[in-house]
Amino acid sequence: MKRLLSSLVAVLVALTFLANASLAGEVKVGVVLPMTGLVAAFGQSAWKGIKLAQSMEPKTKNGCKVKLILLDNKGMKVETANAVSKLITDNHVRAIIGAITSSDTMAGAPIAEKHHIPMITSSATNPLVTKGKKYISRACFIDPFQGAVAAKYARNKLHAKTAAVMIERDQDYSVGLAHAFIKAFKKLGGKIVAVEFFQSTDQDYSAQISDIKAKHPDIIYMPSYYQEIALFARQARQYGLKQPILAGDGAEAEALIKIGGKAVEGLTFTTHFDPHAAATPLTVKFIKLYEKKYGTPPDAMAALGADAYFILVQAINKAGGCNAKPEKINYYIRHTKNFKGVTGTITIDPKTGNAIKSAVIRKVKNGKFVYVTTVNP
Amino acid sequence: MNLTIVLQQLVNGISLGSLYGLVAIGYTMVYGVIRLINFAHGDIMMVGMYFAFTGIAMLFLPWWAAFLLSMLASALVGVIIDRVAYKPLRNASRISALITAIGVSFFLENSFLVIYGGVPKAFPVPSVFGGAINIHGVIFPNIAIITPIVAMIFLMILLFILHKTKYGMAMRALSFDFETVRIMGVNVDLVISMVFAIGSFLAALSGIFWAMRYPAINPLIGIMPGLKAFAAAVLGGIGSVTGAAIGGFIIGISEILVVALFPSLAGYKDAFAFLFLIFVLLFKPTGIMGEDLERGRF
Repeated sequence: MKRLLSSLVAVLVALTFLANASLAGEVKVGVVLPMTGLVAAFGQSAWKGIKLAQSMEPKTKNGCKVKLILLDNKGMKVETANAVSKLITDNHVRAIIGAITSSDTMAGAPIAEKHHIPMITSSATNPLVTKGKKYISRACFIDPFQGAVAAKYARNKLHAKTAAVMIERDQDYSVGLAHAFIKAFKKLGGKIVAVEFFQSTDQDYSAQISDIKAKHPDIIYMPSYYQEIALFARQARQYGLKQPILAGDGAEAEALIKIGGKAVEGLTFTTHFDPHAAATPLTVKFIKLYEKKYGTPPDAMAALGADAYFILVQAINKAGGCNAKPEKINYYIRHTKNFKGVTGTITIDPKTGNAIKSAVIRKVKNGKFVYVTTVNP
Repeated sequence: MNLTIVLQQLVNGISLGSLYGLVAIGYTMVYGVIRLINFAHGDIMMVGMYFAFTGIAMLFLPWWAAFLLSMLASALVGVIIDRVAYKPLRNASRISALITAIGVSFFLENSFLVIYGGVPKAFPVPSVFGGAINIHGVIFPNIAIITPIVAMIFLMILLFILHKTKYGMAMRALSFDFETVRIMGVNVDLVISMVFAIGSFLAALSGIFWAMRYPAINPLIGIMPGLKAFAAAVLGGIGSVTGAAIGGFIIGISEILVVALFPSLAGYKDAFAFLFLIFVLLFKPTGIMGEDLERGRF
């Protein structure tokens, strides 16, 4: 009994010490990601990347621990707004990483902006995400660039004269990227023969496919997410539509190949990162540790998640480490210059909060993602 | 728009509609008997999909065995749900039962999220259901031909059970009055269990057909089909199984037609399905096959 009591006391004392230590030396960072729902694969990949990045750089200057608080937004706008509110008002975080999709990030951004808490998204590419905002930044390129890269590839490499475009009406990412592509494709002398719409929860594309088929485009551009693209590709091939399909960074997830099977063979898309085109020393180190920890090479979402983390920690360090104020952290995020990140060299434009960096083109070959080329801005 | 495209869109509409109809039949049947809008119906569809997925992809069963086992297991899940969640509320107000149904729906969604994770799984489609037939440029995916046939067969079986068997008679009697039926010596709880078993069996069946047509499944996949089937059931006259099948066809065809005729409005096609529903209900509040209380239901 006596021994039990004394060990209990010892544990209590230890706990108090731990609690004190963590209270004193902690920088709380909120993370908002879709861990469930339609784009769950992205959220889970990004979280893997962020966690690995944290294990590589767990502390800020002056030895404070970076404490990550993860909330699931289910890939939904309302949930994102709620999560951002909760992180700021309940958890008192000093910065937020997230969300993944443009629409979700845009739902959360005004709240972070209002409370002057810096929010850095790893992968929301729609230009409107940061437009007119002082506290929202991103670790990725924006869609006008991505759309132009896709259009150039379609015109110059695939020699496409005509294109059909599939737009996911309720996703800002899809609408924005589609318009960027259409603009660039027309400028390069191409013709858009069909513009079709659908919405996130749709699984049936037979009506759109029948219409596209009658218009005989050379290629189909579908800036959407992996599940929609995979289902579309399956149905398109079933209905005898054989044209190449092009997509944006939303296509990149293992689930695309698992669901799409043979139908997504040859599918080409623009994205942020390829492990075979390692750009910086950090890329090499990150890939090695990632493969050791998870058994697979990292995808773009994981790499971008890590970059968002690294950029944030660097900003916290410059802002003074342990006692860094959100305002100052935001200043240094926006003044990131020539940062050698996982996805390449990143410079964030202080005026817009957008990252300026190169894009990668990948395609599906024999059931795997392979590297095609890198396009510089 | 030439004739091939018109025919193609019609085929698309019929095949989508038959899928909605198949889901709606089970939905409406439970309502017809115990007057409970079973919001968990779409989630039982999802349960059926995951059971079949587990059978094929993880236990390596032949597809027909996996499908059959999945439907039987889902029927069992339906019975258990009734016993645990709905039976204690049999004499409570209808709104309590409705809220419980929503609770069951959340419970199923989240427990499957915990078990299978949130990333969509690829449903393995047996090759019989995978291909397509080309008739003069109009494409008939195999699944689009098989679904209406299956929907018809099960509609016939269901009508047979309801009208030609003793248990069916008990179910129809129950839809009028629990107490009188109980006094007549019918085991009311057993009959209700049977209703849930049949309803869940049909939900799993429609779930499997859904998954073969759109082979990406996730734990929240039942929500939208559930809503559409609800709309189909109400449109057809809730409580009427034939009406549910007809309602399904109408919603499916109208959805495809919206996309085909007004491509720029395609992003709002769900809104159109529900607008259509509201419109019909304005003129015929009981739905197309609306129940005539004097003559009986189904």
